[in-house]
Amino acid sequence: MDPAILEVRNVSKRFGATQALADINLSFAPGKVHAIIGENGAGKSTLMNIVGGVHQADAGEVVLEGRPVHIRNPHDALLMGIGFVHQEIALCQHISVAENIHMRSLDEGGRPLVAFKEINRATRDLLADFDTHAHINPKQKVAELSVSQQQVVEIIKALSGNCKVLILDEPTAALTQSETEVLFRILNTLKAKGLVIIYISHRLAEIYQIADTISVLRDGRLIGTRPAGEIDQLELVHMMVGRELTDIYPEKARQELGETLLEVEDLALEGVFSGISFALRRGEILGFAGLVGSGRTEVARTICGLYRKSAGEVRLKGRPLELASYRDAIAQGLVYLTENRASEGLFLEMNVANNISVIDLDAVARYKLIQRRAEHSLARRFVTEMQIKVTGVLQRLRSLSGGNQQKVLVSKLLTVSPKVVIMDEPTRGIDIGAKTQIYHLLRRLATEGVGVIMISSELPEVVGLCDRVLVMYEGRQCGMLAGSEINEKSIIQLACLREYTS
Amino acid sequence: MSEQKQTEAEVQGAAKVSGFRRGLRGFQGFREGTTILIIVALGFAMSLLSPYFLTGDNFRNLFMLFAINGFVAIGMTLVLISGGIDLSVGSIVALVGVITGSLFFNAKMNIWLASVIGILFGTLCGFINGFFITRVGLSAFITTLGMMQVARGATFVISAAMPIPLQSIPPAFKFLGRGIIPGIGVPFVIVLFIVSAVIFDFLSRRSTSIRKIYYVGSNEKAARFSGVNVNRVRIGVYVLSAVVASVAGVLTIARFNSATPYYGDTIAFETISAAVIGGASLNGGEGTILGAMLGMALLALIQTSLNLLDVSPYWQNLVTGLILLAAVSLDFLSHRKRA
Repeated sequence: MDPAILEVRNVSKRFGATQALADINLSFAPGKVHAIIGENGAGKSTLMNIVGGVHQADAGEVVLEGRPVHIRNPHDALLMGIGFVHQEIALCQHISVAENIHMRSLDEGGRPLVAFKEINRATRDLLADFDTHAHINPKQKVAELSVSQQQVVEIIKALSGNCKVLILDEPTAALTQSETEVLFRILNTLKAKGLVIIYISHRLAEIYQIADTISVLRDGRLIGTRPAGEIDQLELVHMMVGRELTDIYPEKARQELGETLLEVEDLALEGVFSGISFALRRGEILGFAGLVGSGRTEVARTICGLYRKSAGEVRLKGRPLELASYRDAIAQGLVYLTENRASEGLFLEMNVANNISVIDLDAVARYKLIQRRAEHSLARRFVTEMQIKVTGVLQRLRSLSGGNQQKVLVSKLLTVSPKVVIMDEPTRGIDIGAKTQIYHLLRRLATEGVGVIMISSELPEVVGLCDRVLVMYEGRQCGMLAGSEINEKSIIQLACLREYTS
Repeated sequence: MSEQKQTEAEVQGAAKVSGFRRGLRGFQGFREGTTILIIVALGFAMSLLSPYFLTGDNFRNLFMLFAINGFVAIGMTLVLISGGIDLSVGSIVALVGVITGSLFFNAKMNIWLASVIGILFGTLCGFINGFFITRVGLSAFITTLGMMQVARGATFVISAAMPIPLQSIPPAFKFLGRGIIPGIGVPFVIVLFIVSAVIFDFLSRRSTSIRKIYYVGSNEKAARFSGVNVNRVRIGVYVLSAVVASVAGVLTIARFNSATPYYGDTIAFETISAAVIGGASLNGGEGTILGAMLGMALLALIQTSLNLLDVSPYWQNLVTGLILLAAVSLDFLSHRKRA
């Protein structure tokens, strides 16, 4: 086996009283994709931030090509050949691809003017090394590119210079299935060139597709490192959570389904989707599957009155709904969980109690005056019921983990005792423990007679949780699966209709 | 259970940073307290420096100085909490004064009726602000900058840019602005102001309507996704801001016995400064009425102190500006490390 290019030896890091990393030893071989997985807060990001120069280790060392190195900041890391592609895209949107990639060297040698010809040519060369799938013009503004194309630009930017180690933090978080495949093809090219690729992800399925080696972190400790071929998914999950998760998904509905709760007929939103018809029955969880951009979110938002429908009818318990706004939907018992937790869901600077009480302030008020005691006891009830980890109901949302923030968001919706809940990507970016709790909650709601619709891009959870699945493709409803028809293959076939039939 | 403990440990750990940052956190946690401390310290220093400082007259002047603009600061604080800004308040104060004065002086209208009509026009300005900001979708800065010019222009047109003399207003009206409540010897306008500030501070902590302003300012989209009628809240704050500015306009002419078209061109900046010193953020979601009132008090105290110390009035803007920068810098530093 090739000698390791990069090693971390006995690395430890504390943040205050929290031991973020304890005595981590890892070595990374060239030409391999090394995945690092773990729940949120396991220490993956901290470890990568130390390698990438964002943080300094308290103890231990980073060894690059046999020599211990001191990486003081991200710029140092780049000069040493360590490229870091962060989860969020950090490109300047209004300047060209070439300028973004050559940003650091634009004024090399005191050059006063940008040598556009030169950098455009250099960028074209760099792009040519990649899959032609990217189709990127060096002169294009970054804002005109798709998310996956922007990610390619980020990767090229990280590679520019003498890159030996490429770190990717959750690179597929914003990508669709086909875009993910393009990314993987690119990574395979890089692998063949002998780069070390460190890959951080939540998504177990894709780790099996791309990784050669898998290391699992938990609570700041290294639990184990194995070749990807020698460990199965269940064992991996077990290593991540430290307990058996035989029941990630609750049992599906067994009893006879009850009466129809929500009926949607020929619903359309001009230019976005049309011809959506389905009935949601008491006791079932209905899944919405399809590629990102296929119109699932828009359908949900139109049903809830967040967008004004252009045709069709929505009936709740047989009565037609005419919604002027989302407020009307809430009043009818129809609530929607947004897929964008931070930007559309939470008041990050406000406390837990304020975040939970927001939809129905009158419930905790008397004469339009908020009763603090009522507001707090409402919040405490949900904190207990949903097992939200907080220091108290006055804790600010910003300081909670993603999973706990999500539970607060869900609690907010449940304060109004809804008849139908539509959850848009309810488990996005949360750890597997919290995911499981959300799955069980959805099942419990369904059993208690609440209609549940779940939109999800993660096929395993659609398959594992839903009783029926509506699949969308480019704004059209292209199938409804039930029972044993629900499997990843049939969903993908429907969701990628064109690619399979043409 | 052990997980619970661990979370607690994490939170405690996060609090255990450097002393400097902890200090900043404390500062940010109780902004009003810090402002009170500064006021007390400055007051103490002044009582040593000037024999006139600790006199009833001086305190009355001090309060008069910020009482009327204090009304405007209440509205401004709520606008800032909503994530907006209202630059037009000073012009509205002048416009309402001139409309009321002109109806009384030129049209010989009853002063009370004239005041009501003046306030209605001022309120209309706020409604127009809210309309352009929510329905047309312009930025609050540009909309209220425009309204600032429009209302000031209207003031000049109505008054022909000349002060309107109002010596003949009835005593009952004069009392609003200059009357002293017998028995306690405190000016009526000060009592009115303190009562309003206390009521609004209470409401800002408890009322469901004002809580919605905090939600909208904290995250407008999340407020919409929680069923808050965002446009109504936003129109509401601009209307409220204009209403209190209009009331201030009426009180101003009652106090000065004249309606001056140039009056109030610095009120917007003064009240924004006060609210920010008291903890409001231009990003919205934060701020309290109490804080803004303390900010007003601090600014007035500095102004009086400089007067008592015979410092040229030219220095006053400079000092006020420095204090504002200091307060905002501290606020920024205490927020920066939190994310």
